[in-house]
Amino acid sequence: MGYQRDTGLVHAPHYSPEYRSSMLRAPSQPLVVLPHRLTEITGPLFGESDVRPEESDLTTQHDGEPLGERIVVHGSVRDGSGRPVPNTLLELWQANSAGRYQHQNDQHDAPLDPNFTGNGRCVTDAEGNYRFTTIRPGAYPWGNHHNAWRPAHLHFSVFGRALPQRLVTQMYFPGDPLLDYDPIYQAVREPKVRQRMISSFDLESTVPGWALAFNFDIVLAGPEASLLEEPHVD
Amino acid sequence: MSTELGLTPAQTVGPYYSIGMTRPGTEFVVPADHPGAITISGRVLDVNGDPVPDATLEIWQADADGRFDHPDDPRGAVPGFSGFGRCGTDEDGRYEFRTVKPGALPDQAPHIDVLVFARGLMHWLATRIYFAEETSANAGDPVLASVDPDRRHTLIATEDLRFDIRLRGDGETVFFAL
Repeated sequence: MGYQRDTGLVHAPHYSPEYRSSMLRAPSQPLVVLPHRLTEITGPLFGESDVRPEESDLTTQHDGEPLGERIVVHGSVRDGSGRPVPNTLLELWQANSAGRYQHQNDQHDAPLDPNFTGNGRCVTDAEGNYRFTTIRPGAYPWGNHHNAWRPAHLHFSVFGRALPQRLVTQMYFPGDPLLDYDPIYQAVREPKVRQRMISSFDLESTVPGWALAFNFDIVLAGPEASLLEEPHVD
Repeated sequence: MSTELGLTPAQTVGPYYSIGMTRPGTEFVVPADHPGAITISGRVLDVNGDPVPDATLEIWQADADGRFDHPDDPRGAVPGFSGFGRCGTDEDGRYEFRTVKPGALPDQAPHIDVLVFARGLMHWLATRIYFAEETSANAGDPVLASVDPDRRHTLIATEDLRFDIRLRGDGETVFFAL
């Protein structure tokens, strides 16, 4: 038993000098392949009792309503073989609608929103589905290069059921012109691979008169190919 | 029938991960009065040896008997020990976990798996903490054996359970592809 490995086509190279911070922090030595033994075929598990239902709504954490466009963000968490990943913890964090994080180190000259902290959590249901209600975040400048602006994004952290499934990624919005200039997004070399991080507008899931909606499906490493090839009886 | 789906790429946690990932007490895998509680601490350093003040570490390990509370362990799940901790680094790049020393696993020396997340890292980095006093178990460990002997020491905590992580440069910690 083991999990799929990235052959170099999925994740960005750690050393991606267009993203300046990586020059100081990315390892210079090749990674050593670690066969998946007991510590790697297991991992921290969470369940419904670990989160409160209201944690999935980032718009109701304060006395007033946050500013900005209300959005529903929903999707599925599956593995590479298409199998749903139920009861897995998702953590979400993001800037507010003006592009400012509720964080002491964020010095961007954009307003904080007293009604928006920008963090949420939920656990996928039995079919691997999740749903958040939040505010569409703003873009913000970040100093990586001349006039660098991050495209609007949501940070997602997902555990899966074993360490090789652990994933932290960012969800982007369709049609964002900043994606073409963003070294973090562009560090994923294959265009069709990085496009998996762009959500799709989902008219059917909009809430009339109240919120727009975006779909973002997440795919974690699945069982090793050798396992996929094994015949099985349904 | 299985469907082949393309995996979602990782992206950095960025400088503000603490908004979503930091909660009080997650660095305590066990309470202070837990029998056999130990403290493992260290610093995360960059290519210049400067502290990395905005990293977060996650640990995953077996209990003191070498068992996991997890259904995919073919030996069966043993409940009672979460095995998971998370700790952000401070301005000096320091972290500190309170846990128990894991027991040996079949054919493996006692170890703790560590994932490192930080601004500047596109994806987490995985490493392992081994224990200096386990001389003979370490000598027979297949993972340590797979590592360049000159770099093996970067995976072994000191006698007083200090484990520094050098992300890049001189004394660079061994990181694994999972």
